[in-house]
Amino acid sequence: MALISCENAAFGYDSEIVLSDINFSLHGGEYMCILGENGAGKSTLIKGILKLMNPVSGTIRMGEGLKAWEIGYLPQQTAVQKNFPASVFEVVLSGRINSMGIRPFYSGRDRKDAHEKIRLMGMEEYEKKSYQELSGGQKQRVLLARALCASKKLILLDEPAAGLDPVAMNDLYELIKDINDNMKMTVIMVSHDVRAAVKYASHILHLSHKQLFFGTTADYIKSSAGKEFLEGGTVYDY
Amino acid sequence: MIINTINAIFSYPFLMRAFVVGILVSLCAALLGVSLVMKRYSMIGDGLSHVGFGALAAAAALNAAPLSVAIPVCIVCAICLLRLKDGSLVAGDSAIAIVSSSSLAIGIMIISMSSGMNTDVYNYMFGSILALSYADMVLCIVVSILIIAVYILFYNRIFSFTFDEVFARATGTNTGMYSIVLAVLTAVTIVIGMRMMGALLISSLVIFPALTAIKMRKTYKKVIVISAVVSVICFVVGMFVSFNAEAPVGASIVIINLAVFIIVSLYSCVKRLFTQKHV
Repeated sequence: MALISCENAAFGYDSEIVLSDINFSLHGGEYMCILGENGAGKSTLIKGILKLMNPVSGTIRMGEGLKAWEIGYLPQQTAVQKNFPASVFEVVLSGRINSMGIRPFYSGRDRKDAHEKIRLMGMEEYEKKSYQELSGGQKQRVLLARALCASKKLILLDEPAAGLDPVAMNDLYELIKDINDNMKMTVIMVSHDVRAAVKYASHILHLSHKQLFFGTTADYIKSSAGKEFLEGGTVYDY
Repeated sequence: MIINTINAIFSYPFLMRAFVVGILVSLCAALLGVSLVMKRYSMIGDGLSHVGFGALAAAAALNAAPLSVAIPVCIVCAICLLRLKDGSLVAGDSAIAIVSSSSLAIGIMIISMSSGMNTDVYNYMFGSILALSYADMVLCIVVSILIIAVYILFYNRIFSFTFDEVFARATGTNTGMYSIVLAVLTAVTIVIGMRMMGALLISSLVIFPALTAIKMRKTYKKVIVISAVVSVICFVVGMFVSFNAEAPVGASIVIINLAVFIIVSLYSCVKRLFTQKHV
Protein backbone atom coordinates (compact mmCIF):
# COMPACT_ATOMS: atom_id res chain seq x y z
CA MET A 1 0.00 0.00 0.00
CA ALA A 2 1.15 3.51 -0.80
CA LEU A 3 2.44 5.76 1.99
CA ILE A 4 0.34 8.59 0.72
CA SER A 5 -2.14 8.67 -2.12
CA CYS A 6 -4.39 11.28 -3.56
CA GLU A 7 -7.46 10.43 -5.63
CA ASN A 8 -9.27 13.04 -7.71
CA ALA A 9 -8.68 15.53 -4.94
CA ALA A 10 -9.78 19.13 -5.36
CA PHE A 11 -9.09 21.99 -2.97
CA GLY A 12 -10.58 25.41 -2.64
CA TYR A 13 -11.28 28.35 -0.40
CA ASP A 14 -14.92 29.24 0.16
CA SER A 15 -16.59 28.25 -3.08
CA GLU A 16 -13.65 28.81 -5.35
CA ILE A 17 -11.68 25.76 -6.49
CA VAL A 18 -7.99 26.57 -6.73
CA LEU A 19 -6.63 23.11 -7.39
CA SER A 20 -8.34 20.11 -8.93
CA ASP A 21 -7.82 16.62 -10.42
CA ILE A 22 -4.94 15.71 -8.17
CA ASN A 23 -3.97 12.05 -8.50
CA PHE A 24 -0.74 10.68 -7.21
CA SER A 25 0.57 7.99 -4.95
CA LEU A 26 3.90 7.75 -3.27
CA HIS A 27 5.57 4.73 -1.67
CA GLY A 28 8.06 4.54 1.16
CA GLY A 29 11.51 5.84 0.23
CA GLU A 30 10.46 7.79 -2.83
CA TYR A 31 11.32 11.42 -3.46
CA MET A 32 8.71 13.62 -5.08
CA CYS A 33 9.12 17.19 -6.20
CA ILE A 34 6.06 19.38 -6.58
CA LEU A 35 6.71 21.89 -9.34
CA GLY A 36 4.66 24.81 -10.58
CA GLU A 37 4.61 28.54 -11.03
CA ASN A 38 3.68 30.94 -8.24
CA GLY A 39 0.02 30.58 -7.45
CA ALA A 40 -0.22 27.17 -9.10
CA GLY A 41 -1.65 25.65 -5.93
CA LYS A 42 1.49 24.18 -4.35
CA SER A 43 0.88 25.69 -0.92
CA THR A 44 -2.73 24.60 -1.07
CA LEU A 45 -1.69 21.02 -1.76
CA ILE A 46 0.71 21.15 1.19
CA LYS A 47 -2.11 22.23 3.47
CA GLY A 48 -4.14 19.34 2.12
CA ILE A 49 -1.39 16.80 2.75
CA LEU A 50 -0.89 18.11 6.29
CA LYS A 51 -4.66 17.92 6.85
CA LEU A 52 -4.76 21.62 7.66
CA MET A 53 -7.38 21.80 4.94
CA ASN A 54 -9.85 19.21 3.73
CA PRO A 55 -10.33 18.43 0.06
CA VAL A 56 -13.56 19.77 -1.43
CA SER A 57 -13.89 16.48 -3.26
CA GLY A 58 -11.79 13.33 -3.64
CA THR A 59 -9.54 11.90 -0.95
CA ILE A 60 -6.04 11.97 0.46
CA ARG A 61 -5.12 8.72 2.18
CA MET A 62 -2.18 7.85 4.33
CA GLY A 63 -0.91 4.29 4.49
CA GLU A 64 1.60 2.34 6.57
CA GLY A 65 0.17 3.78 9.77
CA LEU A 66 1.24 7.33 8.90
CA LYS A 67 -0.71 10.13 10.56
CA ALA A 68 -0.89 13.64 9.17
CA TRP A 69 0.67 15.05 12.33
CA GLU A 70 3.61 12.66 11.96
CA ILE A 71 4.80 14.36 8.80
CA GLY A 72 8.06 16.23 9.29
CA TYR A 73 7.21 19.60 7.88
CA LEU A 74 9.72 22.29 6.97
CA PRO A 75 7.69 25.45 6.36
CA GLN A 76 8.93 28.59 4.69
CA GLN A 77 10.67 30.80 7.20
CA THR A 78 8.93 33.79 8.66
CA ALA A 79 10.48 37.11 9.61
CA VAL A 80 9.79 36.43 13.31
CA GLN A 81 11.89 33.28 13.29
CA LYS A 82 14.96 34.90 11.79
CA ASN A 83 15.52 36.88 14.98
CA PHE A 84 14.13 34.42 17.47
CA PRO A 85 16.05 34.04 20.72
CA ALA A 86 16.37 30.26 20.99
CA SER A 87 19.23 27.81 20.87
CA VAL A 88 19.61 25.29 18.06
CA PHE A 89 18.85 22.50 20.50
CA GLU A 90 15.63 24.11 21.68
CA VAL A 91 14.43 24.53 18.11
CA VAL A 92 15.22 20.94 17.13
CA LEU A 93 13.72 19.55 20.33
CA SER A 94 10.45 21.31 19.53
CA GLY A 95 10.13 18.84 16.64
CA ARG A 96 9.35 16.16 19.21
CA ILE A 97 6.21 17.98 20.28
CA ASN A 98 3.95 15.53 18.44
CA SER A 99 5.32 12.54 20.35
CA MET A 100 4.68 14.14 23.73
CA GLY A 101 1.01 13.16 23.95
CA ILE A 102 -0.30 14.73 27.12
CA ARG A 103 3.07 14.87 28.84
CA PRO A 104 3.97 18.48 29.61
CA PHE A 105 7.74 18.02 29.36
CA TYR A 106 10.23 16.32 27.07
CA SER A 107 11.68 12.98 28.10
CA GLY A 108 15.24 11.80 27.94
CA ARG A 109 14.39 9.96 24.75
CA ASP A 110 13.16 13.17 23.15
CA ARG A 111 16.42 14.88 24.04
CA LYS A 112 18.49 11.99 22.75
CA ASP A 113 16.63 12.04 19.47
CA ALA A 114 17.16 15.79 19.11
CA HIS A 115 20.92 15.41 19.75
CA GLU A 116 21.07 12.61 17.21
CA LYS A 117 19.29 14.59 14.49
CA ILE A 118 21.52 17.60 15.10
CA ARG A 119 24.56 15.36 14.69
CA LEU A 120 23.10 13.92 11.51
CA MET A 121 22.80 17.40 10.05
CA GLY A 122 26.41 18.13 11.00
CA MET A 123 25.36 20.92 13.35
CA GLU A 124 26.83 19.50 16.58
CA GLU A 125 29.16 22.38 17.27
CA TYR A 126 26.29 24.82 16.95
CA GLU A 127 23.97 22.98 19.32
CA LYS A 128 24.17 25.60 22.06
CA LYS A 129 24.43 28.53 19.67
CA SER A 130 21.63 30.98 19.21
CA TYR A 131 19.47 30.21 16.20
CA GLN A 132 19.41 33.82 15.06
CA GLU A 133 23.18 33.93 14.67
CA LEU A 134 23.28 31.14 12.07
CA SER A 135 23.58 31.58 8.32
CA GLY A 136 20.61 30.88 6.06
CA GLY A 137 21.88 27.42 5.13
CA GLN A 138 22.57 26.51 8.77
CA LYS A 139 19.09 27.63 9.77
CA GLN A 140 17.60 25.33 7.16
CA ARG A 141 19.68 22.43 8.47
CA VAL A 142 18.33 23.10 11.94
CA LEU A 143 14.76 23.16 10.68
CA LEU A 144 15.46 19.98 8.72
CA ALA A 145 16.68 18.34 11.93
CA ARG A 146 13.47 19.46 13.60
CA ALA A 147 11.43 17.98 10.75
CA LEU A 148 13.31 14.68 11.16
CA CYS A 149 12.50 14.72 14.88
CA ALA A 150 8.84 15.01 14.01
CA SER A 151 8.75 12.11 11.55
CA LYS A 152 10.04 8.63 10.95
CA LYS A 153 8.59 8.19 7.49
CA LEU A 154 7.83 11.34 5.55
CA ILE A 155 9.24 14.82 5.41
CA LEU A 156 7.55 17.64 3.54
CA LEU A 157 9.75 20.57 2.56
CA ASP A 158 8.33 23.85 1.33
CA GLU A 159 10.93 25.53 -0.89
CA PRO A 160 13.79 24.77 1.48
CA ALA A 161 16.36 26.39 -0.80
CA ALA A 162 14.60 29.75 -1.03
CA GLY A 163 16.96 32.59 -0.27
CA LEU A 164 20.11 30.45 -0.06
CA ASP A 165 23.29 31.13 -1.98
CA PRO A 166 24.19 28.52 -4.64
CA VAL A 167 26.73 26.68 -2.49
CA ALA A 168 24.40 26.39 0.50
CA MET A 169 21.59 25.41 -1.84
CA ASN A 170 23.63 22.56 -3.31
CA ASP A 171 24.71 21.35 0.12
CA LEU A 172 21.12 21.30 1.26
CA TYR A 173 19.95 19.35 -1.80
CA GLU A 174 22.73 16.79 -1.26
CA LEU A 175 21.80 16.49 2.40
CA ILE A 176 18.16 15.88 1.56
CA LYS A 177 19.18 13.25 -0.96
CA ASP A 178 21.33 11.62 1.71
CA ILE A 179 18.40 11.48 4.10
CA ASN A 180 16.30 9.97 1.34
CA ASP A 181 18.90 7.33 0.42
CA ASN A 182 20.32 6.39 3.80
CA MET A 183 17.38 6.76 6.14
CA LYS A 184 14.84 5.57 3.56
CA MET A 185 12.94 8.71 4.41
CA THR A 186 10.21 9.60 1.94
CA VAL A 187 10.59 13.18 0.75
CA ILE A 188 8.06 15.57 -0.72
CA MET A 189 9.60 18.85 -1.74
CA VAL A 190 7.97 21.92 -3.19
CA SER A 191 10.38 23.66 -5.46
CA HIS A 192 10.82 26.33 -8.06
CA ASP A 193 14.05 24.85 -9.17
CA VAL A 194 13.20 22.46 -11.98
CA ARG A 195 16.81 21.47 -12.69
CA ALA A 196 17.46 20.36 -9.13
CA ALA A 197 14.11 18.60 -9.08
CA VAL A 198 14.98 16.57 -12.16
CA LYS A 199 18.42 15.81 -10.78
CA TYR A 200 17.37 14.53 -7.35
CA ALA A 201 13.74 13.46 -7.33
CA SER A 202 12.38 10.07 -8.29
CA HIS A 203 8.92 11.47 -9.04
CA ILE A 204 7.58 14.78 -10.27
CA LEU A 205 4.18 16.33 -9.65
CA HIS A 206 3.66 19.36 -11.87
CA LEU A 207 0.79 21.66 -10.96
CA SER A 208 -0.91 24.54 -12.62
CA HIS A 209 -4.30 24.79 -10.87
CA LYS A 210 -4.71 21.21 -11.90
CA GLN A 211 -2.31 18.36 -12.33
CA LEU A 212 -0.23 18.69 -15.49
CA PHE A 213 1.96 15.70 -14.81
CA PHE A 214 2.61 12.99 -12.28
CA GLY A 215 5.09 10.20 -12.82
CA THR A 216 8.73 9.27 -12.63
CA THR A 217 11.36 11.84 -13.39
CA ALA A 218 12.51 9.93 -16.49
CA ASP A 219 8.98 10.13 -17.92
CA TYR A 220 8.69 13.77 -16.94
CA ILE A 221 11.71 14.79 -19.02
CA LYS A 222 10.08 13.23 -22.08
CA SER A 223 6.61 14.69 -21.39
CA SER A 224 5.34 17.88 -22.97
CA ALA A 225 4.91 19.62 -19.61
CA GLY A 226 8.43 18.70 -18.65
CA LYS A 227 9.97 19.75 -21.94
CA GLU A 228 8.32 23.13 -21.82
CA PHE A 229 9.32 23.79 -18.22
CA LEU A 230 12.87 22.51 -18.68
CA GLU A 231 13.51 24.36 -21.89
CA GLY A 232 12.04 27.49 -20.41
CA GLY A 233 14.88 27.01 -17.96
CA THR A 234 12.76 28.20 -15.12
CA VAL A 235 15.43 28.56 -12.49
CA TYR A 236 14.09 31.41 -10.46
CA ASP A 237 16.12 34.13 -8.88
CA TYR A 238 14.89 34.98 -5.45
CA MET B 1 17.88 54.34 53.71
CA ILE B 2 17.39 50.82 52.48
CA ILE B 3 16.90 49.52 55.99
CA ASN B 4 14.40 52.27 56.72
CA THR B 5 12.47 51.35 53.63
CA ILE B 6 12.46 47.67 54.50
CA ASN B 7 11.24 48.51 58.00
CA ALA B 8 8.48 50.62 56.53
CA ILE B 9 7.41 47.83 54.21
CA PHE B 10 6.96 45.47 57.12
CA SER B 11 5.19 47.99 59.29
CA TYR B 12 2.67 49.25 56.71
CA PRO B 13 0.36 46.43 55.57
CA PHE B 14 -0.58 48.25 52.36
CA LEU B 15 3.10 48.43 51.34
CA MET B 16 3.56 44.77 52.13
CA ARG B 17 0.54 43.90 49.98
CA ALA B 18 1.81 46.07 47.16
CA PHE B 19 5.16 44.29 47.30
CA VAL B 20 3.73 40.80 47.22
CA VAL B 21 1.29 41.52 44.42
CA GLY B 22 3.80 43.56 42.47
CA ILE B 23 6.45 40.86 42.51
CA LEU B 24 3.97 38.19 41.40
CA VAL B 25 2.49 40.37 38.65
CA SER B 26 5.97 41.33 37.42
CA LEU B 27 6.85 37.68 37.24
CA CYS B 28 3.72 36.72 35.28
CA ALA B 29 4.04 39.67 32.95
CA ALA B 30 7.66 38.87 32.22
CA LEU B 31 6.94 35.22 31.39
CA LEU B 32 4.12 36.06 29.01
CA GLY B 33 5.91 39.11 27.61
CA VAL B 34 8.48 37.11 25.65
CA SER B 35 5.81 35.26 23.67
CA LEU B 36 3.77 38.41 23.15
CA VAL B 37 6.75 40.42 21.94
CA MET B 38 7.98 37.67 19.60
CA LYS B 39 4.53 37.14 18.15
CA ARG B 40 4.18 40.90 17.61
CA TYR B 41 1.31 41.09 20.07
CA SER B 42 2.91 43.76 22.28
CA MET B 43 0.16 46.27 21.65
CA ILE B 44 -2.48 43.83 22.83
CA GLY B 45 -1.25 44.37 26.38
CA ASP B 46 -1.71 48.08 25.94
CA GLY B 47 -5.17 47.68 24.45
CA LEU B 48 -6.24 45.33 27.22
CA SER B 49 -5.20 47.72 29.96
CA HIS B 50 -7.53 50.34 28.50
CA VAL B 51 -10.29 47.78 28.33
CA GLY B 52 -9.52 47.02 31.96
CA PHE B 53 -9.86 50.71 32.77
CA GLY B 54 -13.31 50.83 31.18
CA ALA B 55 -14.34 47.68 33.02
CA LEU B 56 -13.10 48.95 36.39
CA ALA B 57 -14.99 52.21 35.88
CA ALA B 58 -18.13 50.29 35.04
CA ALA B 59 -17.67 48.04 38.06
CA ALA B 60 -17.27 51.05 40.35
CA ALA B 61 -20.41 52.67 38.95
CA LEU B 62 -22.37 49.45 39.46
CA ASN B 63 -20.89 48.88 42.90
CA ALA B 64 -19.65 45.49 41.75
CA ALA B 65 -16.37 43.85 42.79
CA PRO B 66 -13.81 45.41 40.42
CA LEU B 67 -11.85 42.27 39.53
CA SER B 68 -14.89 40.07 38.95
CA VAL B 69 -16.04 42.47 36.22
CA ALA B 70 -12.69 43.39 34.73
CA ILE B 71 -11.24 39.88 34.42
CA PRO B 72 -14.02 38.36 32.24
CA VAL B 73 -14.35 41.49 30.10
CA CYS B 74 -10.61 41.56 29.45
CA ILE B 75 -10.48 37.85 28.67
CA VAL B 76 -13.20 38.20 26.05
CA CYS B 77 -11.46 41.20 24.50
CA ALA B 78 -8.08 39.46 24.52
CA ILE B 79 -9.46 36.45 22.69
CA CYS B 80 -11.18 38.67 20.13
CA LEU B 81 -8.05 40.74 19.55
CA LEU B 82 -5.80 37.70 19.10
CA ARG B 83 -8.31 36.09 16.78
CA LEU B 84 -8.50 39.25 14.66
CA LYS B 85 -4.93 38.60 13.59
CA ASP B 86 -5.89 36.14 10.91
CA GLY B 87 -7.96 37.68 8.17
CA SER B 88 -10.81 39.88 9.26
CA LEU B 89 -12.67 43.08 8.60
CA VAL B 90 -10.35 45.32 10.61
CA ALA B 91 -6.60 44.73 10.66
CA GLY B 92 -5.14 43.67 14.02
CA ASP B 93 -3.37 46.92 14.89
CA SER B 94 -6.27 49.16 13.93
CA ALA B 95 -8.59 46.92 15.92
CA ILE B 96 -6.43 47.36 19.01
CA ALA B 97 -6.37 51.12 18.55
CA ILE B 98 -10.15 51.23 18.19
CA VAL B 99 -10.80 48.99 21.16
CA SER B 100 -8.35 50.74 23.47
CA SER B 101 -9.45 54.31 22.80
CA SER B 102 -13.12 53.36 22.84
CA SER B 103 -12.85 51.62 26.21
CA LEU B 104 -10.93 54.56 27.61
CA ALA B 105 -13.67 56.89 26.38
CA ILE B 106 -16.43 54.68 27.77
CA GLY B 107 -14.62 54.41 31.11
CA ILE B 108 -14.18 58.17 31.41
CA MET B 109 -17.80 58.72 30.42
CA ILE B 110 -19.03 56.29 33.08
CA ILE B 111 -16.89 57.88 35.76
CA SER B 112 -17.88 61.44 34.92
CA MET B 113 -21.56 60.52 34.88
CA SER B 114 -21.50 58.57 38.13
CA SER B 115 -19.03 59.95 40.61
CA GLY B 116 -17.47 62.74 38.61
CA MET B 117 -13.79 63.05 37.73
CA ASN B 118 -11.91 62.60 40.95
CA THR B 119 -8.90 60.89 42.45
CA ASP B 120 -10.34 57.50 41.45
CA VAL B 121 -9.75 58.30 37.80
CA TYR B 122 -6.26 59.45 38.55
CA ASN B 123 -5.58 56.23 40.45
CA TYR B 124 -6.95 54.04 37.69
CA MET B 125 -4.88 55.83 35.10
CA PHE B 126 -1.58 56.04 36.90
CA GLY B 127 -1.89 53.45 39.62
CA SER B 128 -1.73 53.55 43.38
CA ILE B 129 -0.20 51.28 45.95
CA LEU B 130 -3.13 52.03 48.23
CA ALA B 131 -5.53 50.35 45.84
CA LEU B 132 -5.11 46.81 47.11
CA SER B 133 -7.23 45.35 49.89
CA TYR B 134 -6.35 42.19 51.75
CA ALA B 135 -8.91 40.22 49.71
CA ASP B 136 -7.39 41.61 46.51
CA MET B 137 -4.00 40.42 47.60
CA VAL B 138 -5.22 36.89 48.28
CA LEU B 139 -6.96 36.78 44.91
CA CYS B 140 -3.84 38.10 43.18
CA ILE B 141 -1.66 35.49 44.84
CA VAL B 142 -3.96 32.65 43.81
CA VAL B 143 -4.34 33.92 40.26
CA SER B 144 -0.61 34.56 39.82
CA ILE B 145 0.28 31.10 41.03
CA LEU B 146 -2.26 29.65 38.59
CA ILE B 147 -0.80 31.71 35.74
CA ILE B 148 2.74 30.59 36.53
CA ALA B 149 1.65 26.95 36.86
CA VAL B 150 -0.21 26.99 33.54
CA TYR B 151 2.74 28.68 31.88
CA ILE B 152 5.20 26.07 33.16
CA LEU B 153 2.93 23.16 32.19
CA PHE B 154 2.48 24.54 28.68
CA TYR B 155 6.01 25.91 28.39
CA ASN B 156 7.17 23.60 25.60
CA ARG B 157 4.00 23.99 23.62
CA ILE B 158 4.00 27.74 24.02
CA PHE B 159 7.58 27.74 22.74
CA SER B 160 6.62 25.72 19.68
CA PHE B 161 3.58 27.93 19.10
CA THR B 162 5.63 31.11 19.45
CA PHE B 163 8.55 30.00 17.32
CA ASP B 164 6.65 28.48 14.43
CA GLU B 165 2.90 28.43 14.48
CA VAL B 166 2.61 26.66 11.12
CA PHE B 167 4.89 23.82 12.15
CA ALA B 168 3.11 23.49 15.48
CA ARG B 169 -0.23 23.22 13.73
CA ALA B 170 1.07 20.75 11.16
CA THR B 171 2.39 18.48 13.90
CA GLY B 172 -0.97 18.33 15.59
CA THR B 173 -0.75 21.15 18.14
CA ASN B 174 -4.04 22.93 18.60
CA THR B 175 -2.61 26.40 17.99
CA GLY B 176 -6.00 28.07 18.30
CA MET B 177 -6.19 26.83 21.85
CA TYR B 178 -2.71 28.09 22.74
CA SER B 179 -3.44 31.53 21.41
CA ILE B 180 -6.48 31.55 23.67
CA VAL B 181 -4.40 30.34 26.62
CA LEU B 182 -1.94 33.15 25.95
CA ALA B 183 -4.76 35.68 25.62
CA VAL B 184 -6.43 34.61 28.85
CA LEU B 185 -3.20 34.61 30.85
CA THR B 186 -2.28 38.05 29.50
CA ALA B 187 -5.70 39.50 30.23
CA VAL B 188 -5.69 38.24 33.81
CA THR B 189 -2.13 39.45 34.45
CA ILE B 190 -2.98 42.91 33.18
CA VAL B 191 -6.14 43.22 35.22
CA ILE B 192 -4.52 42.19 38.48
CA GLY B 193 -1.54 44.45 37.84
CA MET B 194 -3.24 47.52 36.49
CA ARG B 195 -4.63 48.99 39.69
CA MET B 196 -1.20 49.26 41.14
CA MET B 197 0.65 50.19 37.95
CA GLY B 198 -2.14 52.18 36.33
CA ALA B 199 -3.98 51.52 33.10
CA LEU B 200 -1.61 53.65 31.08
CA LEU B 201 1.56 52.04 32.40
CA ILE B 202 0.84 48.34 32.98
CA SER B 203 1.68 47.25 29.43
CA SER B 204 5.28 48.31 29.95
CA LEU B 205 5.55 45.56 32.56
CA VAL B 206 4.76 43.05 29.81
CA ILE B 207 7.00 44.54 27.15
CA PHE B 208 10.12 46.00 28.75
CA PRO B 209 11.58 42.98 30.59
CA ALA B 210 10.97 40.78 27.55
CA LEU B 211 12.66 43.24 25.21
CA THR B 212 15.59 43.61 27.57
CA ALA B 213 15.98 39.84 27.81
CA ILE B 214 15.65 39.30 24.06
CA LYS B 215 18.47 41.82 23.49
CA MET B 216 20.78 39.44 25.31
CA ARG B 217 20.32 36.88 22.51
CA LYS B 218 20.51 33.72 24.57
CA THR B 219 18.55 30.51 24.53
CA TYR B 220 14.81 30.77 24.94
CA LYS B 221 14.87 29.36 28.44
CA LYS B 222 17.50 31.88 29.52
CA VAL B 223 15.55 34.70 27.89
CA ILE B 224 12.51 33.73 29.95
CA VAL B 225 14.52 33.54 33.18
CA ILE B 226 16.34 36.82 32.49
CA SER B 227 13.05 38.47 31.67
CA ALA B 228 11.56 37.32 34.96
CA VAL B 229 14.60 38.38 36.98
CA VAL B 230 14.84 41.79 35.29
CA SER B 231 11.15 42.35 35.83
CA VAL B 232 11.21 41.56 39.54
CA ILE B 233 14.39 43.58 40.16
CA CYS B 234 13.01 46.58 38.29
CA PHE B 235 9.83 46.36 40.31
CA VAL B 236 11.64 46.24 43.64
CA VAL B 237 14.00 49.07 42.71
CA GLY B 238 11.08 51.09 41.38
CA MET B 239 9.20 50.62 44.64
CA PHE B 240 12.19 51.78 46.68
CA VAL B 241 12.63 54.83 44.48
CA SER B 242 8.95 55.59 44.67
CA PHE B 243 8.89 55.24 48.44
CA ASN B 244 11.96 57.35 49.08
CA ALA B 245 11.37 60.03 46.47
CA GLU B 246 7.62 60.07 47.07
CA ALA B 247 7.16 59.50 43.36
CA PRO B 248 4.21 57.70 41.74
CA VAL B 249 4.89 53.98 41.90
CA GLY B 250 3.87 52.96 38.37
CA ALA B 251 5.92 55.66 36.73
CA SER B 252 8.97 54.86 38.87
CA ILE B 253 8.87 51.21 37.84
CA VAL B 254 8.47 52.04 34.16
CA ILE B 255 11.38 54.48 34.26
CA ILE B 256 13.63 51.92 35.94
CA ASN B 257 12.61 49.42 33.24
CA LEU B 258 13.39 51.97 30.55
CA ALA B 259 16.79 52.69 32.07
CA VAL B 260 17.69 49.00 32.20
CA PHE B 261 16.52 48.53 28.62
CA ILE B 262 18.66 51.43 27.39
CA ILE B 263 21.72 50.19 29.26
CA VAL B 264 21.35 46.65 27.92
CA SER B 265 20.74 47.92 24.38
CA LEU B 266 23.84 50.09 24.47
CA TYR B 267 25.86 47.23 25.92
CA SER B 268 24.75 44.80 23.23
CA CYS B 269 25.44 47.39 20.50
CA VAL B 270 28.96 47.98 21.78
CA LYS B 271 29.51 44.25 22.18
CA ARG B 272 28.39 43.58 18.61
CA LEU B 273 30.65 46.28 17.22
CA PHE B 274 33.53 44.91 19.22
CA THR B 275 33.04 41.29 18.13
CA GLN B 276 32.55 42.26 14.49
CA LYS B 277 35.89 44.04 14.45
CA HIS B 278 37.71 41.09 15.85
CA VAL B 279 36.18 38.28 13.80
